[in-house]
Amino acid sequence: MKFSLRTLLTQGLAGHSGWPEQWRSPEPKAAYDVIIVGGGGHGLATAYYLAAEHRVRNVAVLEKGWLGGGNTGRNTTIIRSNYLWDESAAIYEHALKLWEGLSRELNYNVMYSARGVMMLAHTVHDAQVFKRHVHANRLNGIDNEWLTPEEAKDFCPPLNIGTDVRYPIVGAALQRRGGTARHDAVAWGYARGASALGVDIIQNCEVIGIDRDAAGAVTGVETTRGRIGAGKVGVVAAGHTSVLMGMAGVRMPLESYPLQALVSEPVKPVFPCVVMSNTIHAYISQSDKGELVIGAGTDAYTSYSQAGGLHIAEHTLDAICEMFPMFRRMRMLRSWGGIVDVTPDRSPIIGLTPVPGLFVNCGWGTGGFKATPGSGHVFAATIAQGRPHPIAAPFTLERFRTGRLIDEAAAAAVAH
Amino acid sequence: MSWRTVSGGRIDRSRLVQFRFDGKSYAGHPGDTLVSALLAHGVHLMGRSFKYHRPRGVLAAGSEEPNALVHVDRGGGRETPNLRATQVEIYEGLVATSQNRMPSLRFDVGQAVGLVARFLPAGFYYKTFMWPASFWKKAYEPALRAAAGLGRAPVAADPDRYLRRYAHCETLVVGGGAAGIVAALQAAASGARVMLCDEGAAFGGGLLDERDAMIDGRPAEAWLGWALSELASRPNVTLLARTTAFGWYPDNLIGLAERVTDHLAMPDPKLPRERLWQVRAREVVIATGAHERPLVFPDNDRPGIMLAGAARAYLNRYGVKPGARVVIATACDSAYAAALDLHAAGVMIAAIGDLRTDPRSPGVDAARAAGLPVRTGAAITGSTGGLRVTGALFGTEWVACDCLLMSGGWTPSLHLHSQSRGKLGFDPASGAFLPLETAGQRSIGACAGMFDLADCMPGHAVMGSIAPNGTHAGLVKGAKAKRAFVDFQNDVTARDLLLATQEGFRAIEHVKRYTTTGMATDQGKTSALNALAIVAERLGTTVPEVGLTTFRPPYTPVTFGTIAGASRGALFDPERRAPMHDWAAGRGAVFEDVGTWKRARYFPAPGETMAEAVARECRAVRTQAGIFDASTLGKIEVVGPDAAEFLHRMYTNAWLKLAVGRCRYGLMLSEAGFVMDDGVVGRIAEDRFHVTTTTGGAARVLHHMEDYLQTEFPGLRVWLTSTTEQWAVIAVQGPQARAAIAPYVQGIDLSPSAFPHMSLRIGTICGVPTRLFRVSFTGELGFEINVPAEYGPAVWAVLMESGTLTPYGTEAMHVLRAEKGFVIVGQETDGTVTPDDLGLSGMIAASKRDFVGKRSLRRPDMLAADRKQLVGLLTDDPGIVLEEGAQIVEDPRQPIPMRMIGHVTSSYPSATLGRSIALALVEGGRARIGATLYVPMPGQTIAVRVVAPVFYDPAGDRLND
Repeated sequence: MKFSLRTLLTQGLAGHSGWPEQWRSPEPKAAYDVIIVGGGGHGLATAYYLAAEHRVRNVAVLEKGWLGGGNTGRNTTIIRSNYLWDESAAIYEHALKLWEGLSRELNYNVMYSARGVMMLAHTVHDAQVFKRHVHANRLNGIDNEWLTPEEAKDFCPPLNIGTDVRYPIVGAALQRRGGTARHDAVAWGYARGASALGVDIIQNCEVIGIDRDAAGAVTGVETTRGRIGAGKVGVVAAGHTSVLMGMAGVRMPLESYPLQALVSEPVKPVFPCVVMSNTIHAYISQSDKGELVIGAGTDAYTSYSQAGGLHIAEHTLDAICEMFPMFRRMRMLRSWGGIVDVTPDRSPIIGLTPVPGLFVNCGWGTGGFKATPGSGHVFAATIAQGRPHPIAAPFTLERFRTGRLIDEAAAAAVAH
Repeated sequence: MSWRTVSGGRIDRSRLVQFRFDGKSYAGHPGDTLVSALLAHGVHLMGRSFKYHRPRGVLAAGSEEPNALVHVDRGGGRETPNLRATQVEIYEGLVATSQNRMPSLRFDVGQAVGLVARFLPAGFYYKTFMWPASFWKKAYEPALRAAAGLGRAPVAADPDRYLRRYAHCETLVVGGGAAGIVAALQAAASGARVMLCDEGAAFGGGLLDERDAMIDGRPAEAWLGWALSELASRPNVTLLARTTAFGWYPDNLIGLAERVTDHLAMPDPKLPRERLWQVRAREVVIATGAHERPLVFPDNDRPGIMLAGAARAYLNRYGVKPGARVVIATACDSAYAAALDLHAAGVMIAAIGDLRTDPRSPGVDAARAAGLPVRTGAAITGSTGGLRVTGALFGTEWVACDCLLMSGGWTPSLHLHSQSRGKLGFDPASGAFLPLETAGQRSIGACAGMFDLADCMPGHAVMGSIAPNGTHAGLVKGAKAKRAFVDFQNDVTARDLLLATQEGFRAIEHVKRYTTTGMATDQGKTSALNALAIVAERLGTTVPEVGLTTFRPPYTPVTFGTIAGASRGALFDPERRAPMHDWAAGRGAVFEDVGTWKRARYFPAPGETMAEAVARECRAVRTQAGIFDASTLGKIEVVGPDAAEFLHRMYTNAWLKLAVGRCRYGLMLSEAGFVMDDGVVGRIAEDRFHVTTTTGGAARVLHHMEDYLQTEFPGLRVWLTSTTEQWAVIAVQGPQARAAIAPYVQGIDLSPSAFPHMSLRIGTICGVPTRLFRVSFTGELGFEINVPAEYGPAVWAVLMESGTLTPYGTEAMHVLRAEKGFVIVGQETDGTVTPDDLGLSGMIAASKRDFVGKRSLRRPDMLAADRKQLVGLLTDDPGIVLEEGAQIVEDPRQPIPMRMIGHVTSSYPSATLGRSIALALVEGGRARIGATLYVPMPGQTIAVRVVAPVFYDPAGDRLND
């Protein structure tokens, strides 16, 4: 059923009895052409684009828990594409362009809200780094502009641009097309779209082994719901990718860390955009529901525990209170953690692996949500064609052997 | 009419407290909460719901309250939205207002949403607002945002203070009800350190609501008084009221939020508003009690409808009658205790409808004996009323009332246990999840399923309390799902939950996220089990099969300021000041933040611009001599028999043969082969090195060294000590540097032959011990005078007395080093730059067996010819100063996206050279020397000539003067 104001009104009059399941939940078949392991945004987007753009529809998405229950449903939903290196800019801009049409593409309102992402500079060094981004983005055709403190305050009135703070603001880089989206809706919208095209979405189905033939090629997966055959398997499992790839004998250059976020109690609109500060380690926006959504850096130690220490919340909130002293009386309603998978150069790995038929998409670290449509789109092409999509091509697993790294974080000292 | 009882309650009836709610003045008594004081005036309407703006009264008596949320403004920026009125203690002059209504609580235009509610089911916003695309940002989203939200955020900076405390104890008891008090008494008797906290203003929990219970032969209130005085008298016991244990963190670290002054009319300004306690406890005793469940039936949310236990609390704690004619709908015996207490207070009980067909309990018997109209098998199916309930519906029968009490039994509060990753088991008898045994903690009392007071107080004789047997979760049988509220605050009805399951949202986390049930500020305390039961019934499965959503901290919302504590302003990130900071400040220096340091950027003379000051400082260094505070440079004392071998492995170049008294420039790589830090290292003795690092890299380098020492080279006998703050470093640079310091140096022959460039000597200056380095970061003859930090200002002052030295700041230092092509790690490098990229391949000792990063340097891409290499750039127009970070292209006429081949890393006007200079990283840069490239800027393209990166004294003659 197409979602629209009209169907909403019709169903309202009919007591909403006619809304169908948003996605089917079939029993797994014995075999598929492609299995996607991981029912988060990236995995579901991959399945959707396989079906929608490559006519590969005999596809299953296997999820050990519930769709979107990992980092898709745990992140702070920041979307931007003002990355420094050409490779990064290309993939995040590809994603941003897809975001701009995603609600209509999926016929599901994912609430992409281009309210602007502003990154604050507090030091001479910050300003140098951000201006380098602004210049590179300009020549790459990506919007990003340098603002004076006064211009930054015009854009975000709660900002304190006085000099009575520990790290006064010396300027800001603003991407107006950046913003936020409703994270759960992204997973559900892709699931609904993929399911309608024939993709089987199978929840509560944990992969516990990867089967290979004598030549080493993938033949299927073992799951808690039995064996499922497939000639191609795409692993899209974020923090648990290393564990899954280990099942196929592939050692991944990944470290997994807890990353925490929190929201305040909901209040009327008070914060118009997204503000990030890397120098004092915090970022903040306000959800459509009215909650201030706040995040920070990762814990310092590797862990698979989706919970972090109180000291991380302390450092996050003291930064928020320092930047926005009027929020000091606001209250933390809910906090949680997720597991992020971090590569040595903090850029993702998308593509083929040494195991024939096995593909991987991982290593998005703290910044994967914004890439969801682009990541799924290029990964689907990579799986369908058996060779990397041009935008995915630089993000090989091989680069850690060749040294052709894409070190965005080192270059920018920026969380992403 | 007065709604106060004649006597009873824990309020001070002898005194009146005036307060305002929505602009109207009321009086209450000390001990009242905002809710009890309003109920005493017959005011039930206290809030409006989130989505439909339905009028709401108070539901509960504690922190689980979903409806009665208020904004409290104490003036001067001290305003707080979304406070539960059940927890707001009144004080003289309290000003509270209701929220989420326009213009008033009684008449709220937002209520019109209710008229179209049928078109706004759960998740309606995912299905519309998609056309036209531009309208989402312009129209739909702003409208939704304006409608959402509850209270208004404060607009002024919060003037209050918040503090942190850390504590350790053997036993932390969370919850000061009967079970918690008994546990605290027991633990205290052993002499161990005990902490007991409770979120309420008074200890006692459910005991405070007991009218007839006798404990050890005493009335409950008397026993409570005895127990609390007993605990208070013990030095090993800490009692914390108004203190919420909000979160469980690894290894029994519990976060407590103590509300210190919000209940006081005139707080002592020395007190913090709230205090964060971080308590590490050997054992945590969880005695957090249980929350009563509402019954789910249509229109169960009208003002005047509340939980039976809440009504009993208002009556017995505050002496307030919630109504004159009360109907009770229940599935639990505890409601009979409320009925009996209300009856005794003279309230008419119009009907008690029990969902159960054959309830047997002392409560039912007592109610019948008291002549109360008990009906069994009577299902509540609706209510009537507007701004106040007017009647209850049992099927077709209508019973008039002005207050409707309900009870679906009690849900144990599992939050802390669950946050600790403790396992849960479902208990079919009580219809509740219960905590399973977990090391380091114990759950007791109602939160462990011991609902009967007698079970909560082992070793004590308890009489006269009615055990709350009986449970119900989910939609009342026979009742419609429409307008049957499950999550009151978020306006989630049973129908929304059924729609979610119909649409395939079957995981309880999906149901929660799709309908927003359990996501309001009460986080599902009264709604979670009802929602679960409704979903389980529709799916034809059981409650344990569906499972709970995750309990996430905090238990109740915690003020940001409480968590942030005193970290604000100067204490946010303590400022580090170099030893000569005060001198520089007195001289009018402009400072910049470098890491956590404040560094003097330049020293403007009166009327001078920054550019003029920097130019003057640079000229002084080149022609005479300048003086510079280099104390912020990181310093590490590397000591031990294997110290040279250790440095040999950590740095790219060779260290074993460095002679005592000599220095060497060291380059440090990350494991990935990229330049990570640099600095001069001097050999003080065979087994002792004085290592310097960049200012920003000091901690990182020490960690890096320690990491390798402890994990990779544990066999090396080396010890590392940070000495950054032990040495003041005074750099004296310029052709007259030797003459400037010579009069003050003792015991060191400063002549060029005795003390050549890149050497160090130990001696004294102004009688102060010094490690004197002959090094230069300016290209001039230079010395770096290390003296113990506390002598720095005095030595500096003496040197200044000569009158020949010009102080210069970091900006001049940057220009001077750029003229010489010296790189700054973090400016010329960005974590992607190899030694060869910087033209420093000579720094790599190829003969060395290994050093950190060596293997990575052999990767093919690290050797590629098109890597970005450090070069100099000269603009055709010498007056144009390139912008740092500007990008470089070969062909400026290409369309966007352009192919960028490098960027400007440093760029300055050079007074010495009389023109602008820049350093850049450019693809294959060394092969492009002599070529012209372009820097496209908005509005103009700047042509630049690629040159070698050394602009001044390329032979280095001046260093060796």
